[in-house]
Amino acid sequence: MLKINDLSLRVGEDNTEIIKNLELEIKDGEILVLTGPNGGGKSTIAKVVMGIAAPYKGTITLDGQDITALDVTERAKLGIGYAFQAPARFKGITVKKLLTLAAGKEIPDRECCGYLSRVGLCANDYLNRILDGTLSGGELKRIEVASLLIRELKLAMYDEPEAGIDMWSFNMLVNAFKSLGRERSGSLLIISHQERLMQLADRIAVIADGKVKEIGTREKMLPLLTDLFSRECIRTK
Amino acid sequence: MIDKTNGLTNSDFKILDIVASLPNLPKGAFNVRKNGEAAARSVTENIDISNKADGTGIDIRIKAGTVDENVYIPVLLTESGLDETVANDFYVGENAKVTIVAGCGIHNGGSCGSSHNGVHTFKVGKGAVVKYVEKHYGEGTGDRVMNPSTVIVLEEGAVFELEAVQIEGITSANRNTTAYLAKDAKLTISERLVTSEEQNVNSNVDVYLNGDGSKLQVVSRSIAKDNSVQVFHPKAIGNSACFAHIQCDSIIMDKASVSSVPEICANCADAEIIHEAAIGRINNEQLLKLQTLGLTAEEAEKVILEGFLS
Repeated sequence: MLKINDLSLRVGEDNTEIIKNLELEIKDGEILVLTGPNGGGKSTIAKVVMGIAAPYKGTITLDGQDITALDVTERAKLGIGYAFQAPARFKGITVKKLLTLAAGKEIPDRECCGYLSRVGLCANDYLNRILDGTLSGGELKRIEVASLLIRELKLAMYDEPEAGIDMWSFNMLVNAFKSLGRERSGSLLIISHQERLMQLADRIAVIADGKVKEIGTREKMLPLLTDLFSRECIRTK
Repeated sequence: MIDKTNGLTNSDFKILDIVASLPNLPKGAFNVRKNGEAAARSVTENIDISNKADGTGIDIRIKAGTVDENVYIPVLLTESGLDETVANDFYVGENAKVTIVAGCGIHNGGSCGSSHNGVHTFKVGKGAVVKYVEKHYGEGTGDRVMNPSTVIVLEEGAVFELEAVQIEGITSANRNTTAYLAKDAKLTISERLVTSEEQNVNSNVDVYLNGDGSKLQVVSRSIAKDNSVQVFHPKAIGNSACFAHIQCDSIIMDKASVSSVPEICANCADAEIIHEAAIGRINNEQLLKLQTLGLTAEEAEKVILEGFLS
């Protein structure tokens, strides 16, 4: 289980507080979806958990171990993974190489292809492709997701996995998350605005202004979100 | 047929393996030069290697139609204080298809500088296809200087792929490459350079695209570490309905300095010439991505640099 206690984060020269006294739990085997307005702090929460961003106060524990002071590599080795919203491009590194690095061992082509297929890529065509500008944003995004699927993680975090990918691939992605959910081998934190991904959640949290505004089961939160959305539409009109 | 084998040692073969992938003497045509003399040579029915009459180097003559043969002409400098200039001329017959490997390794265990100035001229016949690999490597305590000059003349429809690699340990290098392309000739230059400590390298490439349909692709990738200095000046001159693309990418680290000065010149309205140049640090997002996979910062940096040069 991952627990975030009283966590706050400041950024910029003026020390703007973008995460404020955050309290959040991700239970073992749970699918938690973070949603909410842009700039509310969803991605920052994932980055803090991964160790990419550092809080000025608060603690993070994984299975009772305080990991607040650990760096990115150490957290990765403990079984935390993060699929970036905007994946990096690499000159000279192939898809196969990335997946091998992600797996931490040599893996047969057939196995690599299996993970690429799960995110809707015609696998054999991609293994030797370079992760550079020759790949579209959508292709890169799906490879990024595959680089987490291939790992055995205690907590896998996906930052807007649906962004920039086509509907067919999105269906594949939803199925991939469904099967991960069924396996319950680790916890999933998905940052998303997509109702179809929220439908997979055990719990949904609305993050806004650096705080958890609402959190609850899918059954409780989905009608509430529909209501919130309707009210927001009326307000903007 | 082996004419000479002047006591190449295990240490020599270690360097030969690095610069020319030769852990042993190869089959086929080769000429190994060590400390200013031919240490080993072999010729074949299709590939002849002979000393120039004036003693300045060797002539390599490849018969027309020779297919899938290799020629190795590596150079070793293992004595401190040597300063040699060698002129090697390659004559590649029409429609031949060959690979030429010409690495140079300097082991300078002394305090005096050692330098190798290799002037290689290629005259490539119509329709011939040549892959030319040139690796440079240095080790030891004294200065290791490498000044390769390469002149490439491509006749109609000839294809030439130049792969130039300066692996490490060269104190100073002045690289000059000049090429002349006839109709439908194609030249690809792939340059990979790594410098560190106080090393410096100047790389000048001048390519004259004289024939319609000629094509040039230059991809230069370099990594500059410590206090090293790199200067690149690739130049494409389009005198015909040609296509040229020059791409120079450098990763700069520590207190190194990199200058990239691509130059393109069109003397024909149908010439299409493009250049791109970029210099920057290792991308932090790349480092973070690999660290999220469990690699340390050092391991991530190594993977990124190896990929960049691959």
